[in-house]
Amino acid sequence: MSKTLLEMRGITKTFPGVKALDNVNLKVREGEIHALVGENGAGKSTLMKVLSGVYPAGSYEGEIHFDGEVRRFSTISDSEHLGIIIIHQELALVPLLSIAENIFLGNEVATNGVIDWKLAFRRTQELLDKVGLKEPPGTLITDIGVGKQQLVEIAKALSKKVRLLILDEPTASLNEKDSDALLKLLMEFRTQGMTSIIISHKLNEIKKVADQITILRDGGTVETLDCHHEDISEDRIIKGMVGREMEDRYPAREPDIGETLLEVKNWNVFHQHHRDRQFLHDISFNVRAGEVVGIAGLMGAGRTETAMSLFGRSWGHKITGDVSMRGKPVDVSTIPKAIEAGLAYVTEDRKQLGLVLIDNIMHNTTLANLGGVSKATVIDNRQEAKVASGYRQKLRIRSHSIYQEAVNLSGGNQQKVVLSKWLFTNPEVLILDEPTRGIDVGAKFEIYTIINQLAAEGKGILMISSEMPELLGTCDRIYVMNEGRIVAELSKAEASQESIMRAIMRSGEKH
Amino acid sequence: MSTDTATKTTQPSVGDYLRRNIREYGLLVALVVIMIFFQVITNGVLFRPVNITNLVLQNSFIVIMALGMLLIIVAGHIDLSVGSIVAFIGAISAIMLVKWGLPAIVVVPLCILVGAIMGAAQGYWVAYQKIPSFIVTLAGMLVFRGMTYVVLGGRPVGPFPKDFQILSTGFVPDFLSLTDPATSLIKNYFALLVVILLVGYAIYAGLRERRMNTLHETENEPFAFFAVQMAVISAVAIFLGFQLSTYRGLPNVLVVMGLLIALYTFVTTRTTIGRRIYAMGGNEKAAKLSGINTERLTFYTFVNMGALAALAGMIIAARLNSATPKAGVGFELDVIAACFIGGASASGGVGKITGAVIGAFIMGVMNNGMSIMGIGIDYQQLIKGLVLLAAVFFDVYNKNKG
Repeated sequence: MSKTLLEMRGITKTFPGVKALDNVNLKVREGEIHALVGENGAGKSTLMKVLSGVYPAGSYEGEIHFDGEVRRFSTISDSEHLGIIIIHQELALVPLLSIAENIFLGNEVATNGVIDWKLAFRRTQELLDKVGLKEPPGTLITDIGVGKQQLVEIAKALSKKVRLLILDEPTASLNEKDSDALLKLLMEFRTQGMTSIIISHKLNEIKKVADQITILRDGGTVETLDCHHEDISEDRIIKGMVGREMEDRYPAREPDIGETLLEVKNWNVFHQHHRDRQFLHDISFNVRAGEVVGIAGLMGAGRTETAMSLFGRSWGHKITGDVSMRGKPVDVSTIPKAIEAGLAYVTEDRKQLGLVLIDNIMHNTTLANLGGVSKATVIDNRQEAKVASGYRQKLRIRSHSIYQEAVNLSGGNQQKVVLSKWLFTNPEVLILDEPTRGIDVGAKFEIYTIINQLAAEGKGILMISSEMPELLGTCDRIYVMNEGRIVAELSKAEASQESIMRAIMRSGEKH
Repeated sequence: MSTDTATKTTQPSVGDYLRRNIREYGLLVALVVIMIFFQVITNGVLFRPVNITNLVLQNSFIVIMALGMLLIIVAGHIDLSVGSIVAFIGAISAIMLVKWGLPAIVVVPLCILVGAIMGAAQGYWVAYQKIPSFIVTLAGMLVFRGMTYVVLGGRPVGPFPKDFQILSTGFVPDFLSLTDPATSLIKNYFALLVVILLVGYAIYAGLRERRMNTLHETENEPFAFFAVQMAVISAVAIFLGFQLSTYRGLPNVLVVMGLLIALYTFVTTRTTIGRRIYAMGGNEKAAKLSGINTERLTFYTFVNMGALAALAGMIIAARLNSATPKAGVGFELDVIAACFIGGASASGGVGKITGAVIGAFIMGVMNNGMSIMGIGIDYQQLIKGLVLLAAVFFDVYNKNKG
């Protein structure tokens, strides 16, 4: 057995009123990929902040042993100096600087403050070769996709003589292909003897790459599983994370499908910025009462664009097509009109587009329907509090009160606040765009339960998701999109990961 | 961390409450401390009836413009042009009143309309063409100042007719006249009565609000805070009211200002328009996707600012009794500073009318107090700059600690 590179012993970290970490132990062997899993709020990020020195030594209890010695980091540069490098979920690259400039940012190849660009570019090229990124070092970050940006981050870590690479949700915003490439890279690094810690919600990926898995729950270590000793199933991991068996990740539902609510016909949209490029072609679909309809597709297939162009023309240009609700044509040309017509759109990006983070739960809940809590533009405070409290209880939003700021909520609870906001507009059809992205297993189950409830109440649900199991587990019918077109419509019986992928691939050949 | 599983609304503890609202209480305490400091250091000159009246007259226009500026800043913008709008409106009011001989009753609404149009002219570029407000209003600042010079031909115009001057130098007459003003201490019973009635109503309304909150299980501030705050505000208000009543009573400007403060407080805290402005400043994209017409809202905050700046412009012109091309130079900075001292956030979404008003008075009392002490304008600027920085640092420090 190889030697232990990192050992965190009895780490306890308290914030005013909350014990975020309680006697956590983590042991990472040299040259392995160690997965750290747990629900949101289980303490993964806090633990990594302790490790990297964001929370300086002394602000927590317990010991950190790295490379056989007790270490006390008081700043991030202390830990980086030893080769402990974290790549955060939100990438820390400067969009308008080149790859080379980003890689050596703060660590420039310079003598007396004058940068040796030739050398910097040559070194960048070497690093890019290592991570397999085929882009010239002078390319601006803004011109490359998220997957490639992730690789730039890794190259940057390599430039700092990394010994322990920590990746926080590295594949959260990547499509399947890029995720695979990234995981392969990690495995390749492992053969070269590099140690990494990967934090992820995607259990299938963890299963693929991890040598050991440490599970955290409610700020404590539950267990560390050795993937080489036994075959660890996803259910086994989930059991550790939630503390109980999860027989079914998707709550059962008896669909009771009624009349057609939303009907979209021949929806054509041109690109928002490249104005002569048609982006969506003849999209036609419908959603019936009590039905959960999925839209599957790869990144860039045009799913979000379909939803946003439909919802008050929030995206795109030269939009044509017919929209009707319960058989009657409706005007959805502005957001207020779309809301009036009975549509609600829960955005993919809840922090940027869904919530006013600095505002409290109550204000966020009523934002899209202030008319519902006011008379002649004067807000009835008590009515508003009653509405917000009602949704807080109904959707089980975990918070101190409705006056808690949205920024302080976990991802799952933030999503519930966004849902509350749209439910209060009393929509007929809810479009949910990646409703469970970045949410832990337990909260996902709750979101699915809410979706089922809404369907049972006779609402139509249109769900966009990149996680195929989620679509298969919740939807009654699935549309498959590729390159701006609907390429297949699959019933629940027909739908499977294979049939969806086949539809995408076949349509790709045609064009 | 939000692992708290309780779903019942809990009343905040005193410590929690203080931490969350330290900014507001801190501001009030700062104003009281500054007032007492200058009262002592100027040997009581600060609170002399005539000086209090002066304080009100000198600061009213800053307060009035701060009301509009707060909305602009909360919406995530800035308006640098208000000083120039002040000058231009002063100029055209002088021309209409003095040169053309129009009556004040026509000129005042007309000028407010012109101010609103000036605001609209800038709001259009900010709201619909998405040009940063800093640039648009910087241009506005230059254009409107230039227009003022053109209109006035570079020379002051005045004096104004009496009925226009009342706007700024008039007082509400004593309807009660209980004693002979020549001999008695209190010369305007009406002023005192109004202040006492307002204080009484504030206490009554505050208590009623608390009772209703308890009844509906919504959050209340701890009683100790409520009591102390009410006591301090009431004491200061009654003291000031008494002082004013021993002089000439309530200045007209004070009444106008008071009404506007009440109106804007109501609009920002209780109406959907106010709520939408805060939401837009907090996250414009989310607000837009929630069905809020963010362009129109932005446009109207600038229209509103223009109208308020026009009112301020007339008050200043009436007070100086002449319109000069240099009127209002640098006022935009005082107004913006008042908002930031009052706790508004430069990134939008945060700020209160009461904060901006107190911020304006902190600046005003400091200006006035330092002038009485004989501190030169050079050091006054220096000290004001440091106070602004300290106030904003206090905000940032609190935010990081929390």
